[in-house]
Amino acid sequence: MPSALINVPAKAKRGSVIEIKTLMSHIMETGYRHTASGSVVPRDIITSFICRFNGKEVFRADLYPAIAANPFITFFTTVTESGKFEFEWIGDKGFSETTQASITVE
Amino acid sequence: MANSDHTTRRTFLSLTSGAAALVIVRPVDATPAMLSAAVRNVVGEADVHTGKVKLDIPPLVENGNTVPMTISVTSPMTADEYVKSIHVFNEKNPQPNIGNFYLGPRAGRAQVSTRIRLADSQKVTAIARLSDDTFWSATADVVVTLAACTEEAI
Amino acid sequence: MKIAVCIALLTAMAGAALATEIPRSERRSGYSFMSADSKAMQDEDTANPGMLSVLDGETLWMRKAGAANKACADCHNDARVSMKGVAAHYPAFDKALGKPVDLEGRINLCRTNHQQATPFAYESRELLALTAYVARQSRGMPITAGGDPELAPFVEQGHALFMQRQGQLNLGCTSCHDDNWDKKLAGSAITQAQPTGYPLYRLEWQALGSLQRRLRACITGIRAQAYDYGSPELVELELYLMTRARGMPVETPAVRP
Repeated sequence: MPSALINVPAKAKRGSVIEIKTLMSHIMETGYRHTASGSVVPRDIITSFICRFNGKEVFRADLYPAIAANPFITFFTTVTESGKFEFEWIGDKGFSETTQASITVE
Repeated sequence: MANSDHTTRRTFLSLTSGAAALVIVRPVDATPAMLSAAVRNVVGEADVHTGKVKLDIPPLVENGNTVPMTISVTSPMTADEYVKSIHVFNEKNPQPNIGNFYLGPRAGRAQVSTRIRLADSQKVTAIARLSDDTFWSATADVVVTLAACTEEAI
Repeated sequence: MKIAVCIALLTAMAGAALATEIPRSERRSGYSFMSADSKAMQDEDTANPGMLSVLDGETLWMRKAGAANKACADCHNDARVSMKGVAAHYPAFDKALGKPVDLEGRINLCRTNHQQATPFAYESRELLALTAYVARQSRGMPITAGGDPELAPFVEQGHALFMQRQGQLNLGCTSCHDDNWDKKLAGSAITQAQPTGYPLYRLEWQALGSLQRRLRACITGIRAQAYDYGSPELVELELYLMTRARGMPVETPAVRP
């Protein structure tokens, strides 16, 4: 049951640039670790993060094992209209999670 | 107070077992060839200039498992002149890539933050691709301090 | 190499002067020893990975479980009201058992006695999440643990354990955390062992963990045999440490290197 924390301002002025902060729970197992008995712990990471606004992609990231556990990603975007941000995380072992946040333009 | 003979013997025993453990857990480093291949994969044959990119990462970190990092690029971020993407690489992790971040004029501000893992003290390089397909970079040295009394690995 | 430095420093400490308690005015949370970056991670909820477990715990609080088919919320209602200040006085004396139980122990007692469910394993995602969610409701409140007179003999036993030298390095907790908290061990600050923010997110663990996990790692660090999770010794140590930190604000979920 993964949880995500998203910080998007509820309101913003049209044309302003806002910061979006995202935190997703995930172990980000590198695939380079070994158990005490010597077997490799298989890789299990988030490989891709996408943010869309009203259906259109505004930000995307490729993630590698060097991204810390519970990936924290912040970025900026210009607010043009009221609407909905959709966040999507895709990873190994069929990992796929989405969450949303709304913004009202004043 | 403490019996010095005993202390010396205990120290010796502990050191011996510690050295054995270190040999086992040493990971494989990315080679310089792997790093340059990863960079070439992004920039192709283009030159990579120094400048425009600011890589904000602590020079000395308390734990290599979670190192905060911010990359910002000087750009007006207009429809004609903007940052297309930012690519981050490292020197000594088992794999040279850290992350790729795709922006566009709509970002308004070419700045991205995340947290990364650094297996050892090393250089981190960020390369930005601008809308005119030129590449700009910044490199920072990070010293990862060794934590005392860490738990045994899994 | 890392271990060699650690051993050398610890060995030097073994010969240090007698333990002295830290004066109230000099008590410091582990927070104050951290870098600005680590502090920033704790300060803002969206940046604090420990908050992911708190969220998880909120969901579990509402979820029905066990043969009784009851959720925590069915008895305790809104945790933001009912659990306010609760974690600040744990471990607390349990009359039926005649001994102190820590917050994890209390949650598991609730599960077995009231929900008629199997207890969560120590350090399981669920137990950490529920504990973090409950303790989060006390954030900013002063620690009040150890006030119950029935706890007195257990606080004393925890104190005795804290002072007792043990393991191959022949160190007590006090050798580092009372006598040398202003120094460093390799690259790390030693700190005063004030358990103000548990369960907490440790960058080394890359996960949330309990005070018992931390204590076990410390005990292993001095090359002694760690007590089992849930053992009376660990609960007594937790109780003494929380009593020692009385008056300091709860920080759960804290971030530490």
